[in-house]
Amino acid sequence: MIHSLFLINNAGDLFLEKHWKSVISRSVCDYFFEAREKAVEPDNVPPVIRTPHHYLINIYREKIFFVSVIQTEVPPLFVIEFLHRVAETFQDYFGECSETTIKDNVVIVYELLEEMLDNGFPLATESNILKELIRPPTILRSMVNTITGSSNVGETLPTGQLSNIPWRRAGVKYTNNEAYFDVVEEIDAILDKSGTTVFAEIQGVIDACVKLSGMPDLTLSFMNPRLLDDVSFHPCVRYKRWESERVISFIPPDGNFQLMSYHISAQNLVAIPIYVKQNISFFETGSSGRLDIAVGPKQTMGKTVECLVVTVHMPKVVLSANLSATQGTYNYDPVTKILLWDIGKLNPQKLPNLKGSLSLQSGAPKPEENPSLNIDLKIQQLAISGLKVNRLDMYGEKYKPFKGVKYVTKAGKFQVRT
Amino acid sequence: MSASSAFSDEKGGSASEPEYGHDPASGGIFSSDYKRHDDLKEMLDSNKDSLKLEAMKRIVAMIARGKNASDLFPAVVKNVACKNIEDPNQLIRASALRVLSSIRVTIIVPIMMLAIKEAASDMSPYVRKTAAHAIPKLHSLDPEQKDQLIEVIEKLLADKTTLVAGSVVMAFEEVCPDRIDLIHKNYRKLCNLLIDVEEWGQVVIINMLTRYARTQFLNPNVNESLLEESSEKAFYASDDEEDEDKKAEVTTLEKRKPYVMDPDHRLLLRNTKPLLQSRNAAVVMAVAQLYFHLAPKAEVGIIAKALGMFEPYLKSFYIRSTDPTQIKILKLEVLTNLANEANISTILREFQTYIKSMDKDFVAASIQAIGRCATNIGEVRDTCLNGLVQLLSNRDELVVAESVVVIKKLLQMQPEQHSDIIKHMAKLIDNIQVPMARASILWLIGEYCEHVPKIAPDVLRKMAKSFTNEEDIVKLQIINLAAKLYLTNSKQTKLLTQYVLNLAKYDQNYDIRDRARFIRQLIVPTDKSGALNKYAKKLFLALKPAPVLESPFKDRDHFQLGSLSHLLNAKAAGYQELPDWPESAPDPSVRNVEIPDWSKCSSRKDRKEKKVEKPFYSDSEGESGPTESADSGNCGESSASGSDESGSGSESEESREETESEEEEEDEEEEKKKRKKLDKTKAKKQAEESAERCAIHTIHQIRTIAPSGSIKMYELLHRITGEGLAVEYCFSRQPFSPDPNMVAVQIQFTNNTNSETKNLHIEDPRLQSGMRIREFAEIDVLAAGESVTVVMGIDFCDSTQAANFQLCTHTRKFFVSIQPPVGELMTPTFLTENNFKKEQGKLMGMNEILEKLTLGEKCVNEHVIVERVTATANLSRVPCGSDKEFAGKTVSSGCLVLVTVTTKEGGGAQLTVNCEKMVIGTMLVKDILQALSQ
Repeated sequence: MIHSLFLINNAGDLFLEKHWKSVISRSVCDYFFEAREKAVEPDNVPPVIRTPHHYLINIYREKIFFVSVIQTEVPPLFVIEFLHRVAETFQDYFGECSETTIKDNVVIVYELLEEMLDNGFPLATESNILKELIRPPTILRSMVNTITGSSNVGETLPTGQLSNIPWRRAGVKYTNNEAYFDVVEEIDAILDKSGTTVFAEIQGVIDACVKLSGMPDLTLSFMNPRLLDDVSFHPCVRYKRWESERVISFIPPDGNFQLMSYHISAQNLVAIPIYVKQNISFFETGSSGRLDIAVGPKQTMGKTVECLVVTVHMPKVVLSANLSATQGTYNYDPVTKILLWDIGKLNPQKLPNLKGSLSLQSGAPKPEENPSLNIDLKIQQLAISGLKVNRLDMYGEKYKPFKGVKYVTKAGKFQVRT
Repeated sequence: MSASSAFSDEKGGSASEPEYGHDPASGGIFSSDYKRHDDLKEMLDSNKDSLKLEAMKRIVAMIARGKNASDLFPAVVKNVACKNIEDPNQLIRASALRVLSSIRVTIIVPIMMLAIKEAASDMSPYVRKTAAHAIPKLHSLDPEQKDQLIEVIEKLLADKTTLVAGSVVMAFEEVCPDRIDLIHKNYRKLCNLLIDVEEWGQVVIINMLTRYARTQFLNPNVNESLLEESSEKAFYASDDEEDEDKKAEVTTLEKRKPYVMDPDHRLLLRNTKPLLQSRNAAVVMAVAQLYFHLAPKAEVGIIAKALGMFEPYLKSFYIRSTDPTQIKILKLEVLTNLANEANISTILREFQTYIKSMDKDFVAASIQAIGRCATNIGEVRDTCLNGLVQLLSNRDELVVAESVVVIKKLLQMQPEQHSDIIKHMAKLIDNIQVPMARASILWLIGEYCEHVPKIAPDVLRKMAKSFTNEEDIVKLQIINLAAKLYLTNSKQTKLLTQYVLNLAKYDQNYDIRDRARFIRQLIVPTDKSGALNKYAKKLFLALKPAPVLESPFKDRDHFQLGSLSHLLNAKAAGYQELPDWPESAPDPSVRNVEIPDWSKCSSRKDRKEKKVEKPFYSDSEGESGPTESADSGNCGESSASGSDESGSGSESEESREETESEEEEEDEEEEKKKRKKLDKTKAKKQAEESAERCAIHTIHQIRTIAPSGSIKMYELLHRITGEGLAVEYCFSRQPFSPDPNMVAVQIQFTNNTNSETKNLHIEDPRLQSGMRIREFAEIDVLAAGESVTVVMGIDFCDSTQAANFQLCTHTRKFFVSIQPPVGELMTPTFLTENNFKKEQGKLMGMNEILEKLTLGEKCVNEHVIVERVTATANLSRVPCGSDKEFAGKTVSSGCLVLVTVTTKEGGGAQLTVNCEKMVIGTMLVKDILQALSQ
């Protein structure tokens, strides 16, 4: 299925290649480079590129293109999901998935890729299984390995591989048994010029970090499960029980994993935590423009809005910005044409405001339309949908685990049209 | 073959390329290529599994990277094919097969074939999975093996483990996707296992089953079209024609008996539905396409929620300026398809904001989308047209050009009402430079020149002036315009037309020259011109049908949804056509499976799996519904899993294990499993009362470890020093039941005097800190000449420090001490070969002690060595190990002690001891060395 994989950085350097069948010359990537150039923005590269003899399916993540080479029919999503799994595995192993960490751990990277695919078909992609086959790097181990010449490759078949709970390794032991759940919600919204919500929805995930000994069987219940109608689960979750009782019953993988993701659609009223007043105008004469943006709290449920950032992709003719911010700092990058206003914490007493003038390329016609604003924010201890975890029960083990739930709301794709 | 084979000497072109990534094999160990291969050979020849495994992994990695590994070929085949395929460690067997099947050299095809066949009936499902993976590799190497490989596939398809299912279906799809008959007997099993198969396997299986269902079941929508005509039409944009067909069909079908869905068809739909909640988008997509292609229309709605497909989700497809272009285009497509009378005003308002976008490709697509909405929904045609006309004054030329093209198409539908728009566009020709737009305007004016009789000749005049500087498509349209005007208004335009045609006659482009010549002959009457001249007006000014504005995504619905071919709208290699529903259903009984017959399950492993593999979710209460009777084998299995799922926890599981352990079977493999379970049980219950534990201990002892070696007696008190009382002791190697952390010491008192000795007991023990002692119960009387045996327990804290105490009789006190040999500080543990390796892997480095030795003369065979080792240390041999491996743990703290003796030819041997307690390890090495070299 998947013939080869090439990793290419943002600058267009091919820094790693791996072939699961015969070797495919890296010149096949020329087609990718061509498409990359045409797309201007890395996000705009088409995910599937057709070449005379191959198909290139790629994803762009953490400033790296994962370009896979396909020769025969395969569902494109299959490949895309797999490539994301590869990136997640790197992140899981090395803390982050970047060119540097991949180069630093190149031996493990190859070992991982070798185990993840056999003849182009996924073999072991569960993090718990992989970690038994190939131990993640630690300073001590890499030192020992260098001295003794041994490697990270495990010598026995991971227990999970054969059990019917492949995601959990056997014989887990912890002195402190703990289970943490992070309910993270992102608001995707489009507000129009006047500030009315054109569209808003919530994308939520529950990330878990479970460090429990033995084979715990957990049940997580919500105060208001009816909020969730569109959900997808980690394979460990028993779907039947969700269907019948609206509780999440599962034997967790060991360590970090995403328990579920959900989607609360526009039908339900989605609270918008801030309002934005803006006025951006370009003048017909004088090659200049005005900008005035003010932000204030709207439906914050009594919590503080933090990490507030406003990003504006300016039209190409905007040369510079001469602005003053009552709070935070702003920066205009004349190359990327991105105006970034980092506000920080939103103080309801003193509303932040950014205003001043923009200077345009002289002689050029004034821009047709105004740029839209992208908002980034964070609210701690709040799930904006109102979702609340009721309780977590553990069966199958005798000890008493430490349990914790954290809520965070963030702005996802939050855009204000102007 | 040679070009792509990693073992051949010509390399696939990568050798000359610069090295970017580091070679995984160069992990700081081997300096040069030459030496590396030597070392790899040595590693392959070694007796240590870990080294072999490591070597094979490196070779696979080398091959995968296109490195030349040809000089390793003999070593690999020798080792891999001959030895490791039969290795007791399943991971090694699997790796060996992976290496072997990666060698792309035709000579080894027969060996590979053998190895695959062997592995396909391996008892480890992991190895069987690897066998399934190897099948396509061999097939691509030598397609002639297809028939034999199909046999293997058939065999593996019958496998009942979830681990194998995905991989074998993948092999099936690559090697023999047309052999749908192989699926019949496995169909229900695959449906039932599906939920427990790993994600990637699920995708492959669902896609295959979609195809299967299309050949075996009847179209569920045949009879329903009458009932459902009104609903959900919008979604099936392409269904109009189909519906027509169906209506025709319905009349013929009405006489037939009503449609009843095959229970197996229902089973597939039901068992895939929960997978819509998968985290893996590929799985969700696979289920969605399955429902799209197989489900009755009324049920397709269920995929809508997961996909967010229908109207209520309209706003989810609103576009942000930061979306990638391809997402924008797709969203636009969805919005356009969702547009109807009710929502068109909202959608158009939304489209208006898109037109202002900075992304010009996207603006062009938006304009086309507006055009499509206008054609589809008559009510808004004028609104759209007006909106588009406004765009004509846009400063961006691309926007204007695209608008012109779309307006042209819209005008064609009702030109008479829009002469003002045509006039407006005629004015634009002065400003618009985009050739496509200019060509479109010219065509419009020519086509509708009768609506703008005054402007048209003037436009031609201007164009004649600029003719030579125009692009080819514009030139063609100028000729076209000239011809049409000549036919309708020759008085005004005759000269102009002649002029244009003359210019065209000498154009560089032969297409234009041809066209000019052709048109001149057609429209200008001469003596030579034939009959066609009369029809020129009809030819040029025929009423042309209005164009249909079509989705760029149309015409691809004959491909299976979600496939690469569907995405590209072109058949990719290896694409399997989705067949049409059969006219009449093939015999459904082919899927019936006989009730599993034990005598038929000839291989032992099949039976074992029945018990061991409990699907995690494939809970099928009610699920197997209609097929229950037909497939009772599966039902039995599922009900067991049902109880498992209810989370009844460890107790029920334990009890099941215990009952299982009571069954008697000579099957060795079975035995091993059970012992392991018993061992587990033991571990679990350790916290409970000791009595129960003791019982298990004894079972454990009896079943696994025969009390090892002859027991050596030590003297505690010589009869002379003891004034007639002789005391000897030995380490009985039995668990000390009152306290499992103590070593049992069996003490034998012999009264050699002529009188009774009374009140034998222990006093004043002097112990190192941490050490404990559990005295034996006082012996009241020991008659003359008699002897008595008691057991006491001492916790030596895993050290060889002596336990000092006083042995008292009614008259005397003797100061005695017991010092244990290191080998007695441990107790046997049962470990399987795999666990042993795993544990050993954890005890490397400082915890591992290696010694070379020469075996003593008497250590001639394995038996003697085993005896010597077990006599020296209280360990048990790991069953079935390839080397002589022994395992135990220290009595006090339970640290594992692992001993391996590997013998070489000529009396050489190597002793490895792995133990966390280094002191114990060192001492044990010394003792065993001594025992073996004597």
